[in-house]
Amino acid sequence: MQSKVEPIFPRHQLNLAGIPWRENIVYICFAGVLVFFALTIGDKGFLTVSNLFNIARTTAMIAVISVAMTFIISSGELDLSVGSTAALAALVSALAIQAGFGFVGGVVAGLLCGLVVGIVNGFFVTVVSIPSFLVTLGMMQLVRGIDMRITYTNPVPVRNGVFSAIFGPGSIGVVPTLFIWALCVAIIGHVVLRYTPFGRQVLATGGNRVAARYSGVRTGRTKVICFLITGVGAALAGMLWTGMMGTARYNFGEGAELAAIAAVILGGTSLFGGKGTIVGTFVGALLIGTINNGLIIMGLDVSEQMMVAGAIIVLAVAFGKKPVR
Amino acid sequence: MSDGSERPPLIELSGIGKTFGGVTALSNVDFVLREGEVHGLVGENGAGKSTLMKILTGVYARDGGTILIDGEDVHFTTPRDAEAQGIAMIFQEFSLIPTLTVAQNIFLGHEPRTFRNAIIRDHDMVRRARDLLDELGENIDPRARVEDLSVGARQMVEIVKALSKKARIIVMDEPTASLSESEVDKLFALVERLKASGISIVYISHRMAEIYRICDRITAMRDGRDTLTAATTDVKMEDLIRAMLGAESTAALNWVPRDVDLAAAPVLEVEGLCVAGSVADVSFSLRPGEIVGLAGLTGAGRTEIVEAIFGIRPVASGEIRIGGTRVTTTRQAIDAGAALVPEDRRTQGLVLDQSLQDNIILPNLVRFSRGIFVREDAARAASLRHIRDLKIKTDGPGKEVRLLSGGNQQKIVLSKWLERAPKLLILDEPTIGVDIGAKADLVQKVREIADAGTAVLVISSEFEELLAMSDRLLIVFNGTLIGDMNRQDVHSEEVLHHAVQG
Repeated sequence: MQSKVEPIFPRHQLNLAGIPWRENIVYICFAGVLVFFALTIGDKGFLTVSNLFNIARTTAMIAVISVAMTFIISSGELDLSVGSTAALAALVSALAIQAGFGFVGGVVAGLLCGLVVGIVNGFFVTVVSIPSFLVTLGMMQLVRGIDMRITYTNPVPVRNGVFSAIFGPGSIGVVPTLFIWALCVAIIGHVVLRYTPFGRQVLATGGNRVAARYSGVRTGRTKVICFLITGVGAALAGMLWTGMMGTARYNFGEGAELAAIAAVILGGTSLFGGKGTIVGTFVGALLIGTINNGLIIMGLDVSEQMMVAGAIIVLAVAFGKKPVR
Repeated sequence: MSDGSERPPLIELSGIGKTFGGVTALSNVDFVLREGEVHGLVGENGAGKSTLMKILTGVYARDGGTILIDGEDVHFTTPRDAEAQGIAMIFQEFSLIPTLTVAQNIFLGHEPRTFRNAIIRDHDMVRRARDLLDELGENIDPRARVEDLSVGARQMVEIVKALSKKARIIVMDEPTASLSESEVDKLFALVERLKASGISIVYISHRMAEIYRICDRITAMRDGRDTLTAATTDVKMEDLIRAMLGAESTAALNWVPRDVDLAAAPVLEVEGLCVAGSVADVSFSLRPGEIVGLAGLTGAGRTEIVEAIFGIRPVASGEIRIGGTRVTTTRQAIDAGAALVPEDRRTQGLVLDQSLQDNIILPNLVRFSRGIFVREDAARAASLRHIRDLKIKTDGPGKEVRLLSGGNQQKIVLSKWLERAPKLLILDEPTIGVDIGAKADLVQKVREIADAGTAVLVISSEFEELLAMSDRLLIVFNGTLIGDMNRQDVHSEEVLHHAVQG
């Protein structure tokens, strides 16, 4: 149990010049990283419009998953199965299109995959009462195994004009389609979490499950819906990946769960539930994408990129954390 | 009780001041603790009792004033410094680790060791823990896990832990808040023994009867100042309450007979209610506008009965009807017009990290929505109305509830249900940890609600409060209903005390 909190306003301690730095750490980091890369590699093409849209395009999938992840984390749970679910939806939708079910059939099949994984996760977490970390850790493995088995790790190309137009690497005007997807998902997510009764129920469930239940919130149902949201979000991301590559692969979304969790926490959502912000999450995802892009332009190899990106995430979260009393 | 003034002062705090971000929490407070005395510290929540004690125990640094221990000037910067001087504090929320054993908890951080301090001498630790417990006459197994102990036993362990660090001064903050009556008796017996062995105790409580029962001297605080210090035998309760409250009246705590329409159709009907392991064959009903008190000892089944009514606890058999509709789930109970202010507001009543406004609208989301959106403007207006009606002390509706005092938090829990205009309001220990001023506000509000036609069911371990509010009293013993008394037939608290013993 927590010790009694006296009103000493700990969050105001880092309140230089009237700005609550701690709560807006993600925006400050994002601005700082942009300025840093602009100064160091601005002349190497970082600042070109095509590169900035390239960041937006490659970040879109993680951004979609992160928005969905914000819901489940805000409800006090976690979903590690999003990466393998994305690959499953990618493969199943591609196979459905290949089998002649057409664009709509493919998308429906893909989204169904997300719903099924979400229901299974939700069932074991709420009905069987197993911690979501364990359930979804298992599902991450299980679903990835299914991904590898269904095509024996062979890629599935998608040759469907509508699919490539809607999920593909193209643009509307100059804005990449993939980024528009991410933006739409983020806007819907923001409105739902911030302005609807369901959003309140999610935050109340994560903030204090018992008090929410005593207030008539069906907390189990709320959590199951959050798992459905991550499932569907992951499925959408999987199809976006297929669209970007033109091919569905079993290894889509490897590590996406960790990138998404990092984006969510960087954005200011509490890992323990009860506090969530989609805007922060979205910027968090862009921040991670920008760091990766900048490091590639700087000429770092994959191992170095991973080290730097990891260190930045730890430092940003450490700086954004409330001080321990 | 001997007069404490002849004993030498052990600690002298003088002119203590403390501000938090521009808000003055303490100004020029004097407090003297003498050797071997039990010193009561009373005041409303926010009066500065806890802040003063946190300065004494090194949790906070003081802004001004001096602290003398044995006549020597001391400056604590961490709780460890205070501990080294033999000062220990026992918090409202216990600081024990539930998954460790009693002995492990007692010696946490100062375990007996061997092999150059690398290895903990487990047997030695258990033996010494047992010795300490035996010394206090406590029959607690040092190898038991703390999570398996009762609340009372945990408190004893906490006290033993303080003693194991050679504490000479023990600060107890609301130690009886969650104890049953027999546990309170045990605690007081222990306090007497500690006192006899020369240990000084600062005893913080809202319960006046306890203060008068065990304290030698009393200090009252109000608005960050000490307003009265006197030997218990020299101060009347009215004077003490006046020192705590200032001019505010406490008339609300006197019983006023009320008229209830006995012919009206009942709002709540409970028939043959059984709950596995706690409640057997309980039947009763409530009429509109009636305030009924549920009296009984801790563990008699009071909380279980109301949780069953509210659909939180599974009903083994029996039937519950609210406004004529049979209910089995929390959702149905709420939809039928029931509201529950639960026993533990911090874990059951509130989402502490969220704002006052978000908490108030939580059970009312449908009413505060248009289409699929929450109506923030309406929510804010309603919150402001409740802040005004219930005199909630806050900066505004956006304030996180964890930053508010117990009494204000309880008013928020009440507000969120009043917003629904409930037909049946259930209050489980509504005034635990609530200061007298807020208590009077709450009692007054409950009467208003009942006058407007809501049936009210109240559980309270404070019989004084139960007698102040109720029109009728139901006596619960060992999971069954053994009495149904009209308030006018209960002439004193003693009658009720006798009744609940079975």
